[in-house]
Amino acid sequence: MMNKMDWIAIGSIADIPQRGARCVNTPQGRIGVFRTADDRVFAIEDHCPHKGGPLSQGIVHGASVTCPLHNWVFSLETGAALGADEGFVKTIPVKVEDGCVSIAPGKMLLAAE
Amino acid sequence: MTEKLVIIGNGMAPGRMLEHLLEAAPGRYQVTIFNAEPRVNYDRIMLSPVLSGEKSYEEIVIHGDGWYIDNGITLYKGHRIVTIDRAARTVTSDHGVTEPYDRLVIATGSVPFIIPVPGHDLPGVLSYRDLDDVQAMLLAAQSRAKAVVIGGGLLGLEAAAGLQSRGMDVTVLHIMPTLMERQLDPAAGYLLQRAVEARGIKVMCKANTKQIVGEGKVEGVELADGTVIPASLVVMAVGIRPNAGLAKEAGLEVGRGIVVDHGMATSDPAILSLGECAEVGGQVYGLVAPLYEMARVAAAHLAGDGTARFVHADTPTKLKVTGIELYSLGDFADGDDREEIVLRDAAAGVYKRLVLKENRIIGTVLYGETGDGAWFNDLKKKQTDISEMRDTLIFGQAYQGGSPLDPLAAVAALPDDAEICGCNGVCKGRITGAITGKGLTGLDDVRAHTKASASCGSCTGLVEQLLKLTLGDAYNPAAVQPMCGCTDLGHDDVRRLIKAKGLKTIPAVMQELQWKTSCGCAKCRPALNYYLVADWPDEYADDYQSRFINERVHANIQKDGTYSVVPRMWGGVTSSKELRAIADVVDKFAIPTVKVTGGQRIDMLGIRKEDLPAVWSDLGKAGFVSGHAYAKGLRTVKTCVGSDWCRFGTQDSTGLGIRIEKFMWGSWTPAKLKMAVSGCPRNCAEATCKDIGVVCVDSGYEIHFAGAAGLDIKGTEVLGQVKTEDEALEVIVALTQMYREQARYIERIYKWVKRVGVPEIKRQIMDDPDKRKAYYERFVFSQKFAQVDPWSERVSGKDKHEFRPMAAVGFAEAAE
Repeated sequence: MMNKMDWIAIGSIADIPQRGARCVNTPQGRIGVFRTADDRVFAIEDHCPHKGGPLSQGIVHGASVTCPLHNWVFSLETGAALGADEGFVKTIPVKVEDGCVSIAPGKMLLAAE
Repeated sequence: MTEKLVIIGNGMAPGRMLEHLLEAAPGRYQVTIFNAEPRVNYDRIMLSPVLSGEKSYEEIVIHGDGWYIDNGITLYKGHRIVTIDRAARTVTSDHGVTEPYDRLVIATGSVPFIIPVPGHDLPGVLSYRDLDDVQAMLLAAQSRAKAVVIGGGLLGLEAAAGLQSRGMDVTVLHIMPTLMERQLDPAAGYLLQRAVEARGIKVMCKANTKQIVGEGKVEGVELADGTVIPASLVVMAVGIRPNAGLAKEAGLEVGRGIVVDHGMATSDPAILSLGECAEVGGQVYGLVAPLYEMARVAAAHLAGDGTARFVHADTPTKLKVTGIELYSLGDFADGDDREEIVLRDAAAGVYKRLVLKENRIIGTVLYGETGDGAWFNDLKKKQTDISEMRDTLIFGQAYQGGSPLDPLAAVAALPDDAEICGCNGVCKGRITGAITGKGLTGLDDVRAHTKASASCGSCTGLVEQLLKLTLGDAYNPAAVQPMCGCTDLGHDDVRRLIKAKGLKTIPAVMQELQWKTSCGCAKCRPALNYYLVADWPDEYADDYQSRFINERVHANIQKDGTYSVVPRMWGGVTSSKELRAIADVVDKFAIPTVKVTGGQRIDMLGIRKEDLPAVWSDLGKAGFVSGHAYAKGLRTVKTCVGSDWCRFGTQDSTGLGIRIEKFMWGSWTPAKLKMAVSGCPRNCAEATCKDIGVVCVDSGYEIHFAGAAGLDIKGTEVLGQVKTEDEALEVIVALTQMYREQARYIERIYKWVKRVGVPEIKRQIMDDPDKRKAYYERFVFSQKFAQVDPWSERVSGKDKHEFRPMAAVGFAEAAE
């Protein structure tokens, strides 16, 4: 069951470069937290379904990221692979309040179950 | 015996005539050309794109110096003919060169008409006729000040648009009530004025220039009503008149121009005339299509075919201002015996008007949407009775016979004799015939073989559609391969426009070049970042978010997300102290794999990202800097031991390798750059498959380039041989800088060379010391900003967010 208590503060939005990402380590694996040019924040699992590349290290453009290993492109909003490739990464709920970024990794677990 | 043919003038008309003549009667004439302009034959129609920065002079050259040499033609550049002695059959230039002729061709073109108002001779008053005028305007435009263009015709508007795109505040003065009144009716003239004004150019019609004012230089233009418009540059573009003075002095018959018959012969049968200076059938011409027709006729007569005749034909007018579509043809004045069909769409800015006489098209004005121009022109030329399709005629060809609106279908439906290229008079059948007959595969091929789309370029779309129709899926328009899905522009266009428009940030490039995405993609952003780093080394702030991860964290990402680290070992030389430091780092960080690379370096693989700064810190203490093994930049200079140890060594190859590497490390290049220096032709450093290589010989240094030993295998080309280390360094650096400035992102040297050609690179680097020096100095300048060790920067705290997780969420927190 989810409730308000599942949100975990991870830092300030200023810690993430625009058109960039940072990582958050969790017991369930690493999460990439992304910030777009227009200051929207997204979180996805940091693991490309193709060959396991760290998506947080890719180039961020619009609301997408290109994997650094073999150039798969993922939508940060839906987690879906774009273009000719097919696949999904899990998305993690994220919110920004007063510049403070929180994630709810519990939901990722639910999605995986 | 060969006859002597002398040509006065080297513009587009005589250039085309020579092409025809060399084809029809090769070797018949020994040709000499006198050109008052100090240059080769270039495409004058393209001066406006040069002014606006969309093209460079080199791109509009029709015949390069090599063409004259290959065809055995003597070209006197910067020689104005001052006398023609018809009795002795000689011409004499202002530099005193006298040349006898059997046949003479006068192609002196036209001179701009200068309104003789007071002040017309002040410095700062220019005409718009040749490259010198364009260069003078570009110089004036640097001041970003105010300009006035007198004349609202084709040339005046192109000049105004060019100056405005160069940052000047431009006002166009036009004496008539609407712009381009000779080609456009008032309605289209009004739409054009609105579009010109929307670009920020002021337009004043019915403006009568009284005088140009200023003390010692232009300060403004005063109109008849007393208004004064301040300006530091005045361009007069009010018209041209045939340049027939020389012919008149020689006693030839001259009317408005040099009078010629329909075979282009003047009143002296040994002398022909063509181009803008010639008057045929009482008419003089200024557009390129009839001038090319004159060229064809003159060449036929010179080749011995006396039957060719020049026939007048209407020529469509098109405006070469990006974003304004305009087409006009024939006669469109009102009249009792005439009817018209008009289509207006104010919101879309479209206006179309057909003028009919006895159910046949006699005139066309199209504004905003000009795709059907060729079809209307064809109907007009053939005098087709249009009563059957009158209801839908104005909607264009695609709407005839109920077929859907598909541009490809419209082109497919054109008859074989429909004209596609108005400038060169090339019809559809000749293009499709050449594509199938000669196995052409691209636009450049079609241009080379048929001339279609090779002058003003406005029919390029039609030619591409013909390629597509004829070749089907086999047509791959590689010539215009866009950089990526975010733009229609190719790499070369983007590079040129970055320089021409002075664009200095990625957002500025995307805005000015109309990127289709807000933020680019992983293909274009790294390319743009490189172009800006290379073009503006002192001004551009490197955008690390537009670099691939390897260049962002200065290490090579591996398949498992760990990194490898390669410290620089200058020239591949190391020491016990360095090796000990590496061994200590390997033990301390439990680095799983240590490997020697192909470029004579040591690679440590499997380092966790978080450990990178600490690894670099330890390596830095031992004196190591980054080896840039991850960079599209200078990688390694591989060497052999040379004259220090080797019994065959001719020079100090190790020392030269180290010197090159210390000079060039840190520079970014379009793709990785690997070098080698071998001490003798046995070539133990394998210099002859590198991007740039040196093979030492007894007498000096042989410089090699454009090798490959990866996806492709290719031996190097020899650039040249020099005597000293200093010269070798200068040549290598200049070559690298030329590559940095011209190549496309991720294009290795050997691929770039394949496009540009070895002779051109030799010409610029080996044969032109000024150019070489300038390249060298630009490289040295950019190194001032590039030679910073990225590892020590990061050890000192730069970009520390890259190497640490933002947070770690523990089990306890997750369980809350």
